[in-house]
Amino acid sequence: MRRAALLVGMLLAFTPALCAAPPPALAQQQVPEQLPENIQIGLSTNRVTITSDFSGADLTIFGAIDNADPQISRQGGYDVIVVLEGPAQPLVIWRRARILGVWVNAQSQSFVNVPLSYSVATTRAPQDITNPDSYKRLSLGPAYIYLQPEDRAGDPATIAEFTAALRERKLAVGLYSENIGGVQFLSQTLFRATLNLPPNVPVGTHKARAFLFRNGEFMKETSSSLAIVKAGFEQTVYRTAHEQSFLYGLLAVVIAMLTGWMGRLIFRKD
Amino acid sequence: MGIYLPIAEISVNVFVLLAMGAAVGFLSGMFGVGGGFLITPLLIFYNIPPAIAVATGANQVIASSFSGTLAHLKRGTVDIKLGLVLLAGGVVGSSIGAYVFAILRSFGQLDLAISLLYVVFLGTVGGLMLIESLNAIRQARAGGTPALKKSGQHNWILRLPLKMRFRASKLFVSVIPVLGLGAGIGFLAAIMGVGGGFIMVPALIYLLKVPTNVVIGTSLFHIMFTTAYTTLVQSTLNQTVDIVLAFLLMVGGVAGAQYGAKMGQRLRGDQLRALLAALVLAVALRLAFDMFVAPGSVYLIASPGGS
Repeated sequence: MRRAALLVGMLLAFTPALCAAPPPALAQQQVPEQLPENIQIGLSTNRVTITSDFSGADLTIFGAIDNADPQISRQGGYDVIVVLEGPAQPLVIWRRARILGVWVNAQSQSFVNVPLSYSVATTRAPQDITNPDSYKRLSLGPAYIYLQPEDRAGDPATIAEFTAALRERKLAVGLYSENIGGVQFLSQTLFRATLNLPPNVPVGTHKARAFLFRNGEFMKETSSSLAIVKAGFEQTVYRTAHEQSFLYGLLAVVIAMLTGWMGRLIFRKD
Repeated sequence: MGIYLPIAEISVNVFVLLAMGAAVGFLSGMFGVGGGFLITPLLIFYNIPPAIAVATGANQVIASSFSGTLAHLKRGTVDIKLGLVLLAGGVVGSSIGAYVFAILRSFGQLDLAISLLYVVFLGTVGGLMLIESLNAIRQARAGGTPALKKSGQHNWILRLPLKMRFRASKLFVSVIPVLGLGAGIGFLAAIMGVGGGFIMVPALIYLLKVPTNVVIGTSLFHIMFTTAYTTLVQSTLNQTVDIVLAFLLMVGGVAGAQYGAKMGQRLRGDQLRALLAALVLAVALRLAFDMFVAPGSVYLIASPGGS
């Protein structure tokens, strides 16, 4: 199966970043307080199309760190985490139990605004970048992203159990993923992130976010949006099914009858 | 070759679907059934969400039953009046079925209900058919003439009021059991995504005592309308019909049915029924196995409105 590499982002902002590099270096003695670091990502397209032969893809996003301290860069003190977060939806998670020998959906917990997909690329293993408290505060990473239960007053143990199960299920079907080493520095300031779009990637508006850390400390975040849409035909079918559902049903019946009739014409023996 | 299904929202292999359609078409041509009871579980095994498998299965059955009905109309082996009365019941049953379907879906119990209905109905029908056909084979071996038992125990059903005459079937019976049968099968069509041929055929023969030569034609005629109605209702209420998926299955099915029909002519009636019974039982057992065996994960994600 063809894995298309979608080259979505090519940031040209690295040009000013490179040009801007010499002056701070010269001025370093005079001004020890350099400008705060900033992170940028740019998407050359804001739309990814799912065609009929879509079987997952790799999404490449380029970005740069502005005002990077060359010394920290050389020591590998900068870390970048890039996230592609899918559209959020309310979800129900069921725990199955055996009743009279049959597995049935027994207990459920509803969550509001769960991202349908969540793909992460990091420069290093997450535990080497910063501590769990930071991740929790930033709601960053499949293991720490905040999932809001519908019934917040519910039993904390139950909520914790279902939250963990929700993360585990999403990771198991590939909708949540973590690509350690997926962000690579091409120069001291320029980086490239490779994110995984699974075959079942949800359509809708996705948010690409990049987080910059310096020596384990969160510095800056930036974001950009990306629309994942079905290609013309698939989109038309989907829209018709939802907006003109009666006509769509009628069309489905007519197609079936035509197919049956054609089959008879081709294969008839009587 | 992969193809992205616009409603099911997953990528599947075109050839797997064509082969699935062809295999089911072959069997349906061989046994004279719609094949919905095979296609829906197969789609579920192939990771198509159950709600979509059911609605799309109904859509797929229209093609094979329409093709079959045309052939029977030409031979004059369709009791149109009986078919229409069955249909009147079927429309009511199918509407109730689609409504119940939506309720079960909102409670998160749809998958269980579909599996349970399949296991119960396929298990019962398959079991009864297997016993009957094995007896027939034994009788044929013993040299006796296999005769349909003329049991009189259902006569009170036929003697209910509101009698109606069905000329093609040479029947004069109450419309109540006819409407009831139609409604019951319409209900199952909506929830299970089947045409109901595997229940309709024995019911027409044993309950209403319709002559065997018009049974298949009338059943196909009725199935065609019930599944067409189910497709309309499902797409309007639940938006779960995937045209692309249905079309691929139909193409395979229509082709497979022709070869199945040829193969079917080579086998004896009782052997055919025994094979069909074994097939029906195998599907029932496979589904029952899934219900009783521990799942890979005890947790299951669903969207609030469905599965």
